[in-house]
Amino acid sequence: MVKKLDITQGLPDPSKVMDEIMAKYPTKIAKKRQKSLVVNDPAEGKEIQANVRTIPGIITQRGCTYAGCKGVVLGPTRDIINLVHGPIGCSFYAWLTRRNQTRPAEGEDNFITYSFSTDIQDSNIVFGGEAKLKDAVREAFEIFKPKAIGIFSTCPVGLIGDDVHSVSREMKEELGINIFGFSCEGYRGVSQSAGHHIANNGVFKNVIGNNNRDRIGKFQINLLGEYNIGGDAFELERLFDEAGITLLSTFSGNSTIESMEYAHTADLNLIMCHRSINYIAEMMEEKYGIPWVKVSFIGAEGSAKALRKVAEYFDDAELSAKVEEIIEREMTKVEVVREAVKAKTEGKLAMMFVGGSRAHHYQDLFSEIGVTTVSAGYEFAHRDDYEGRDVIPSIKIDADTRNIEDLTVEKDLELYREDLAVKKEKLLKNGYEFSNYDGMMPEMKKNSLVIDDINHWETEKLIEYYKPDIFCAGIKEKYVVQKSGVPLKQLHSYDYGGPYAGFEGAINFYLEMERMLCTRIWKMVTTPWKTDPEIVGSFAINE
Amino acid sequence: MLLNHTTSKIVERKALTVNPAKTCQPIGAMYAALGIHGCLPHSHGSQGCCSYHRSTLTRHYKEPVMAATSSFTEGSSVFGGQANLLQAITNIFTIYEPDIIAVHSTCLSETIGDDLGQIVSKAASDGKIPEGKHVIQAPTPSYVGSHVTGYANMLEGIVKYFAKKSDSLKNQLNILSGWVEPSDMRELKRILKLMKVKNVLLPDTSDVLDSPMNGKFEMYPKGGTTIPEMVSMGDSLHTLALGEWATEKAAINLDNQCKVKFSIQDLPIGIQATDRFIQSLAKLGSVSVPESINDERGRLIDVITDMHQYLYGKRVALWGDPDQLIPLAEFLVDMDMKPVYIVSGTPGKTFEKRMEKILSKSVPEAKYKNGANADMLLMHQWIKENPVDLLIGNTYGKYISRDEKIPFVRMGFPIIDRVGHSYFPTLGYMGGLRILEKILSVLMDQQDATCPEESFELVM
Repeated sequence: MVKKLDITQGLPDPSKVMDEIMAKYPTKIAKKRQKSLVVNDPAEGKEIQANVRTIPGIITQRGCTYAGCKGVVLGPTRDIINLVHGPIGCSFYAWLTRRNQTRPAEGEDNFITYSFSTDIQDSNIVFGGEAKLKDAVREAFEIFKPKAIGIFSTCPVGLIGDDVHSVSREMKEELGINIFGFSCEGYRGVSQSAGHHIANNGVFKNVIGNNNRDRIGKFQINLLGEYNIGGDAFELERLFDEAGITLLSTFSGNSTIESMEYAHTADLNLIMCHRSINYIAEMMEEKYGIPWVKVSFIGAEGSAKALRKVAEYFDDAELSAKVEEIIEREMTKVEVVREAVKAKTEGKLAMMFVGGSRAHHYQDLFSEIGVTTVSAGYEFAHRDDYEGRDVIPSIKIDADTRNIEDLTVEKDLELYREDLAVKKEKLLKNGYEFSNYDGMMPEMKKNSLVIDDINHWETEKLIEYYKPDIFCAGIKEKYVVQKSGVPLKQLHSYDYGGPYAGFEGAINFYLEMERMLCTRIWKMVTTPWKTDPEIVGSFAINE
Repeated sequence: MLLNHTTSKIVERKALTVNPAKTCQPIGAMYAALGIHGCLPHSHGSQGCCSYHRSTLTRHYKEPVMAATSSFTEGSSVFGGQANLLQAITNIFTIYEPDIIAVHSTCLSETIGDDLGQIVSKAASDGKIPEGKHVIQAPTPSYVGSHVTGYANMLEGIVKYFAKKSDSLKNQLNILSGWVEPSDMRELKRILKLMKVKNVLLPDTSDVLDSPMNGKFEMYPKGGTTIPEMVSMGDSLHTLALGEWATEKAAINLDNQCKVKFSIQDLPIGIQATDRFIQSLAKLGSVSVPESINDERGRLIDVITDMHQYLYGKRVALWGDPDQLIPLAEFLVDMDMKPVYIVSGTPGKTFEKRMEKILSKSVPEAKYKNGANADMLLMHQWIKENPVDLLIGNTYGKYISRDEKIPFVRMGFPIIDRVGHSYFPTLGYMGGLRILEKILSVLMDQQDATCPEESFELVM
């Protein structure tokens, strides 16, 4: 058996393995990658290179802008038609492959199970695809009668000069429903991240604020950056519901277009996934005066903290009492499972390389069962997600990202919530934290290895070095890592399980870790006759 | 209802595709390239395509699927992707050390007009391709054809680059295996061995996409057609190309380039197509058919005669790729079933002719369509108009199956919610037996689950 890495004296300095990794790279590549691998020191606050272009041929985990825009942000909204303008692939691959669950009420629209495409052909590339796009919009309207249609551009659309925005305006006029376009061609930016930004801008311009409906609850909040993978949002809906907190809109798990239209009537925005949705939070505060706070409902402790944070904001005795009651009840259930699982998982090592948010959040869940995260990183997060929002002023926007629009937002004189601004000032004085995210690195151990945009070569070397008990990443990595004898937990799709958010989610995750970290089959990988003495002499049958 | 917006009212569509029965070219090229030994597929486009294609193949096989990408940015989309590809080639050979890089394109690089051949030549003349290593390429524009076209294009690219004619004719057949599973490639090899026909099978994803767990990740697994084998294809006696859509281009290329005559045949799915395959092998290889194959055939016929009552007259809806659908429809008809609705997103003129020949007499009510707007929405609407007893197709059919309570057999690509397709073949007589068993199981499970209690049968 391979000897486990000893971390009883703290994490060892991984500089040697970093050197080994770099040694294989061409000099120029080594120079670039060097800046994206950082030996963490929470006391010192180190800088990491992130959100820069991918090195060709390196075998990245990353996807594209279209995936970030259609696949991630708008895809989960169940009652609009997401029409993909392009050849068939982009629409096909984003068809039901992210597990944003939906639960429409009887008779409500749900288009999640459908894939809509203009399926453009070579003649459209030559002569343009706008006419086909218009026809497709008309046909979608005639057949499905949706409340709204979003049009998503793929790689060739920008190149051949199709204008999805003017087509949207024209069709909106003609059909009388909300129709809006996104210039989320796959080559824009350097990753899914640009797609998040483009989606945020589009939703903010075309959807949020379209419905000034009256209050329906005493405490109205939005949950931003929660996509209801495996039912995560359902678990949170359960908690808010019981506490008497009105969840107006979720961006965008199990959401409807209407809920997004009145999102601006909330009193507070909670951000789960900072990377994908912080733009909308910032813009809503500028325009409508709604403050935002970063929370994490991944992990039981984090969930309790997040609920208390909301209660503290509203400063209502009845709400606070209810929240404490829920926390106490739920934590009692959680503790029973946690203790039992921790006895078996304590001291194990984890690594995680996931998207733009979970690589941080899930460290809390792991530490609750005594598992240490030795190395972590994101595919496409920015420096603020690693180092905290304080570094934002010093982030340089490079040439690859410069063309992603930053909207100029102004105060809405009629709808701006002065009362909330006043409330925020008062709470700030009491030490309540708004508009902040400290990032992943300050919460990781000294000498943990932080890597941005990890590639296959680095993954292999790290597994060899750390011999982790569990590796968390996505479907492309899953079987690669498992073939080397290390179980991989998918933290994008949850391996078709979940939910993992909230208290119930924490329990599910502990049990899942017990299953994966203590399973028998990994011990059977080596054949018994490999270690047994070889049999000498033989006779053949039927030969 | 999962697909509650689908109604029987069919609105003529000319622009909108809903729930496609195809995907785009590059994933087929990636799959074909994985069937050659020591090869790393490379996607020349923005990186989203490569991630999607790797993910889909991984979900289908539950196996590692490696590929690299040029990772276009907006700059390269305007000025061309040559620099990206040249850099990628250097990085891949330095870091990942494949013997072969197989480059395919995407709608992005095709639209801006990158010429893969020219860029690869430049890489060679700039000394970026190490001694003894190879870079092959095939254009795979996503806005033409489908994933099957991409497979065909890469297969053509492979033989174009490797197959050489020398002075010595080799006593072997080229078998172009078509887009089938690793299990099917393995079955083809088994049959060829039983027939004692020396051959080169291209591509061959067995031992690549069904590799064992032994505690060590192999970036280039032991399977895949080797370079000497591919080179030798130019000296073969004949090329037997299985599946017109996937293999015709490569077969024609081998003929043009090396004067190896070819014949194109259906994939050996079911009785008659397998009969034709075995007869061709016997004729081309000048061998007689061994008793063991006669026995396999006899067993398949035996089970059909035994269970005919459960099959007779059953209405079936199929979707997928033409090369599979044609012999499958023929097999179903041979079992007295009725393939009434058939769609394929993959275009191609011979589809309708072939279907007409198979179906016009025995299933005159059949509706079939391929190419533009031949999607799963249309098929579902046909089903709503007049229901069927069985669905056969890829995983996406499970939504229709659940809504309409129709028994469902998974066949085709992708199957991302079950295992089996990569381990158990559907080709040959043994594959036919497996298809038959799957069909009977779901039909009988349905009967068991829904029949009145008094007619619940112990023996069936």
